[in-house]
Amino acid sequence: MATPLSYPSSDPHMFPICSRDNWLSLTVSMEGFLTSCSPSVNPKIEKPEDMVKTGVLARFQNFLRKCLIAVISYGPMPNHIAFIMDGNRRYAKCRSIQQGAGHRVGFFAVVANLLYCYEMGVKYMTVYAFSIDNFKRDPKEVQSLMQLMEEKINEVLEKQSVIDKLNCKVNFWGNLELLREPARLAAQKLMASTAGNTGPVLSVCIPYNSTSEIVNAVSEVCAERREMLQGERDGDCNGQAANSGVHPEISVADLDRHMYSAGCPDPDIVIRTSGETRLSNFLLWQTTFSHLQNPDTLWPDFSFRHLVWAVLQYQRAYPHLEQNRNLAKKQL
Amino acid sequence: MYISRLYIYMFPRAYITQNWQHIHHLGLSRNTTRLPCLDRMAGKQNDLAEALVRSGLRAELMPQHVALVLDGNRRWAQARGFTTPEGHEAGGVALRKIVELSCAFGIRAVTVFGFSQENFRRPQASSHSSIRSMISVLTEEVDYIMELIERLIRDNMDLFMREEIQVHVVGDPSRRPASLQDAAREAEEMTRSHSRYHLILAICYSGRWDIVQACRELATKVQDKLLRPDDIDESMLAGHLATNVLGDQLGCPDLLIRTSGELRLSNFLLWQSAYSELYFTDTLWPDFGEDEYIKALKAFQSRERRFGQRKVM
Repeated sequence: MATPLSYPSSDPHMFPICSRDNWLSLTVSMEGFLTSCSPSVNPKIEKPEDMVKTGVLARFQNFLRKCLIAVISYGPMPNHIAFIMDGNRRYAKCRSIQQGAGHRVGFFAVVANLLYCYEMGVKYMTVYAFSIDNFKRDPKEVQSLMQLMEEKINEVLEKQSVIDKLNCKVNFWGNLELLREPARLAAQKLMASTAGNTGPVLSVCIPYNSTSEIVNAVSEVCAERREMLQGERDGDCNGQAANSGVHPEISVADLDRHMYSAGCPDPDIVIRTSGETRLSNFLLWQTTFSHLQNPDTLWPDFSFRHLVWAVLQYQRAYPHLEQNRNLAKKQL
Repeated sequence: MYISRLYIYMFPRAYITQNWQHIHHLGLSRNTTRLPCLDRMAGKQNDLAEALVRSGLRAELMPQHVALVLDGNRRWAQARGFTTPEGHEAGGVALRKIVELSCAFGIRAVTVFGFSQENFRRPQASSHSSIRSMISVLTEEVDYIMELIERLIRDNMDLFMREEIQVHVVGDPSRRPASLQDAAREAEEMTRSHSRYHLILAICYSGRWDIVQACRELATKVQDKLLRPDDIDESMLAGHLATNVLGDQLGCPDLLIRTSGELRLSNFLLWQSAYSELYFTDTLWPDFGEDEYIKALKAFQSRERRFGQRKVM
């Protein structure tokens, strides 16, 4: 792995966190987190010891960010933001670094944006990490992505990552059966160990296709119906035929329950970086009333200011979105 | 550049005939005989080639299936001081023009989102008189739109017959008035033999409703022991969706155009638009004419579609 990465001088991802001694106190309250006068952290650097940087400039940036968040919080804030992380390879090509390293920088961007979202009060964040279609790509690249995933999950499990400090609940949405054994086990272990956490919710879609999610939900609903009918027939001694007509019809709520995203609210904003305007089989069922945005930035460059701009655009469109959402609640 | 332009102006027919080899889907050879029907087809081919050359579009990159979300009739009417029904009428005129253009450009299928289930606002019991009057106005608007759609279907039968367009009407049949149902059935029967172009009118349609009704059909089959839940896969579910009438090749739209600046999907073609290129424009639907359409098609032609295979997403 160890290709030295050349970071741009104005690092978009400097994020202030308490010094290492106080990291545990982060989880106590969000107010403490925001108001602490803290040294800045560069999450791109691998070793925890190197992550802490102090500086007046960093504190000033911290202060500015808090002011900006306070200002935009006057408007309606989204509860759930979904990201389609497009542009890692193009980023690597632009910066003349190895392609695998582009995905690593992309991972750091995930962590940074998770922290920004948490600071803004956005509780749910979903990222489209790997599509089932991506298995058809170059095997070396697929393998490097899987290795990256395993490595990062193990880091979180060993309590060495920033994600763990946030008391973050991590979900993996997707058909985990398609992953290799070690990756699948690591993912399941992480989901189990963070199931009780009450902090921000990070949902990683890997390997995910919205169409296969819907098919999965449909087959589960059909199986459930069949078992329900079976149970009734077995329990019903006299065999009254009229019983079969009494069942309520399958509805949207039934399918919602069996989606991978059951329990999570629908995304308010879907951001696809690198300027492409398509959903690529991502959360088709859940994004009916989401605000779609496609900034031209590549994913590793997506930083705080882009997120603020995204939220501002959402706030502009909010009245109309709310109206349509309320209307739709009464319908299918 | 000027010499080639001079060539085009002096010998337009020769220039156009050279481009015939790019027009695969029409399946005509360069040497046409003197039969009248073939002359008519050659004439159409000439029109298509001329239309493409004139607009700067490339035939091989043309989308096969375009989906349109007609949004903005009411706002257009308000901006110009017309009434809402007049706005909807103008929308109908714009729709006819776009369908004609699609046929001229050789786009095989056009799906039109005419009326969503969310547009139905059921009157609720309320003692507040202004709300009741507002609700009654809205239900009147719904009735008007239904009647307009029926009129559009009947009035445009000449276009459907001339351009050999097969008409399909999809959506929840229980929500449509009986007269609209009859008009839809008649149009479908009269155009059943056409196979050149397809027009799908999605009335009282919603993407979730589509998937739920496919799920219900599959659940019935599972209960009748015709299939097991594990056998259900993507192609089977796609086969039960309302847009299955177009088959596998044309089923999914390549380009989805939404007017009036809304950046949402709004429950239209959820499943089918998985890999569609989305095009959002601020123009209101009645103003969406040839120029805007060409702009949308050019934007589509300039995009690189990867279907998840050559990049991470």
